[in-house]
Amino acid sequence: MSIERYRKRVTARGVKDLLFTNLCFVATLIGIVLLAVLLYSVFRDGSQRLSWDFLNSFPSRFPEKAGIKSALFGSLWVVVLTGAIAVPTGIAAAIYLEEFQRRRTWLTELIQVNISNLAGVPSIVYGLLGLAVFVRWMALDRSVISGALTMALLILPMLITVSQEALKAVPDSYREGSLALGATQWQTIYRQVLPAALPGILTGVILSLSRALGETAPLILIGAVSFVRFVPEGLGSSFTVLPIQIFNWTSQPQKGFQEAAAAGIIVLLVVLLSLNATAIYLRHRASRHA
Amino acid sequence: MTQARATEDRRKARTGVDRFRRPPGPGLFLETTIRWVCFAAAAVSILTTLGIVFVLVKEAYLFFRQVSPLEFFTGTRWAPLFQPRSFGVIPLIVGTLMITVGAGLIAIPLGTLVGLYLSEYASLKVRAVVKPALEILAGIPTVVYGYFGVFFVTPLLRVFFPSVEVFNVASGAIVVGIMILPLVSSLCEDALSAVPRSLREGAYALGATKFEVGWRTVFPAALSGIMASFVLALSRAIGETMAVTLAAGMSPKLTFNPAESIQTMTAYIVQISRGDTPAGTVEYQTIFAVGVTLFAFTMAMNIVAIRLVKRFRQVYS
Repeated sequence: MSIERYRKRVTARGVKDLLFTNLCFVATLIGIVLLAVLLYSVFRDGSQRLSWDFLNSFPSRFPEKAGIKSALFGSLWVVVLTGAIAVPTGIAAAIYLEEFQRRRTWLTELIQVNISNLAGVPSIVYGLLGLAVFVRWMALDRSVISGALTMALLILPMLITVSQEALKAVPDSYREGSLALGATQWQTIYRQVLPAALPGILTGVILSLSRALGETAPLILIGAVSFVRFVPEGLGSSFTVLPIQIFNWTSQPQKGFQEAAAAGIIVLLVVLLSLNATAIYLRHRASRHA
Repeated sequence: MTQARATEDRRKARTGVDRFRRPPGPGLFLETTIRWVCFAAAAVSILTTLGIVFVLVKEAYLFFRQVSPLEFFTGTRWAPLFQPRSFGVIPLIVGTLMITVGAGLIAIPLGTLVGLYLSEYASLKVRAVVKPALEILAGIPTVVYGYFGVFFVTPLLRVFFPSVEVFNVASGAIVVGIMILPLVSSLCEDALSAVPRSLREGAYALGATKFEVGWRTVFPAALSGIMASFVLALSRAIGETMAVTLAAGMSPKLTFNPAESIQTMTAYIVQISRGDTPAGTVEYQTIFAVGVTLFAFTMAMNIVAIRLVKRFRQVYS
């Protein structure tokens, strides 16, 4: 090969390299731009509609009077109840898999595979489960508690996986030290391992609850109705949540409801982003201390 | 770890003492109770799976006693609510797959490039901006993507192609594509970062450019992990509900035209659930029959993905 041809090939390879670098960069840029456009379009449509009245009014047939009070309270009820059910269950399951049963048996293997399969089941299928089991079979009806139980099942796989990761990250020396001092296994878990794993678990809890806050489909199946002019009064009360309210307004033809939907989205995103920011902060702090 | 465990097991068999467990004492009752409570919590996940399978199969069985599976799976007209009724699920499946393929066409190339960029090119500073942005994109609720599809993407499409319907496949596919993009990119990045440095260094030592290292060495080495990310993302697209219900519409017709309105399997389930359908009717059972079809699709894809990930792990750990 002559030196000329060699030089040409080197240049061609360099050009290709440069093109590909830029291609990757542009692809990443597109991702960021899409996020910006999405946020911008929502804020453009909804920012004028935001007001105290919007937060503090019930839905209405008149777009300009409609508000999200019942949806906000409904979401709060569902998320708090979901957390109360799912968080202890998820952490306990993770403790079983990582602490009590550290040796892999066929049973733990089965549970593990099962959890990763469940994580891939579409949320609407959980809705079908909730509809058949909680709403019909247990006759809990279209209530806050049915919604919370369904949501709890939905976020459990995620919660267990994250808690397991957090427990795995605790060094064995903590356990051995505690056991060597005569602590029982539960004392070791409760006083040494859990506190050390807490930031990681908390991050997981926040992220899975924000997932529950944004989910819509399962609750539509549970029968969270969209036109609710009251705040839930108890576990058996019917309810609506913010994403369902947004869904409903988005499917209305009037322009006024579009603005209400956008304003609702802004409220939802602000809550979700602050939750996410808290999670990122916790994770950052945990990684600094480790 | 496993070797230490084996040694430990041998010691335990010899001495009868488990390093991880104290000999029985006064607190034993509490210990055992807590252990069982934790086991029960872990068993909830098994019960959930059994519950899903049981519920879907039971209601679908009741449905298939009235409608033949042959009609359901081969029929090309879906009209469960109007007379004359017709239960051919093909239009719903085609609608779902069109959305999925469209979303994949957007998210797979883009996501792979973003993953490559993050794992091979990006400086720490850029990563500190891009990673959280992608996480935010991944955390946005699907109903918001639906809004974005209806009020931003569709009007934009109609500027360029006036014949596009108000609800259309293209808009649904685009928003679902944006939605699954962070999933593809982060899983791809994980797969690429797991490729050992020695492979890259070997390629550089032979004089390869960065592109050649990334594309011809690292990418093929991470291929099964990358494929797993594609499969998982597509399975997410199949099960996606709110965005496609809003953007792609509610008209179950058999069409391959992306400018027209269709209905996906998930959108049908939502449509029926918004009304008050009494249990035991055929309408009520159809959502479970459609649900079991959907579940079968996503389950098959998840199993493929888990297999791929396992193979990938065997190579590099």
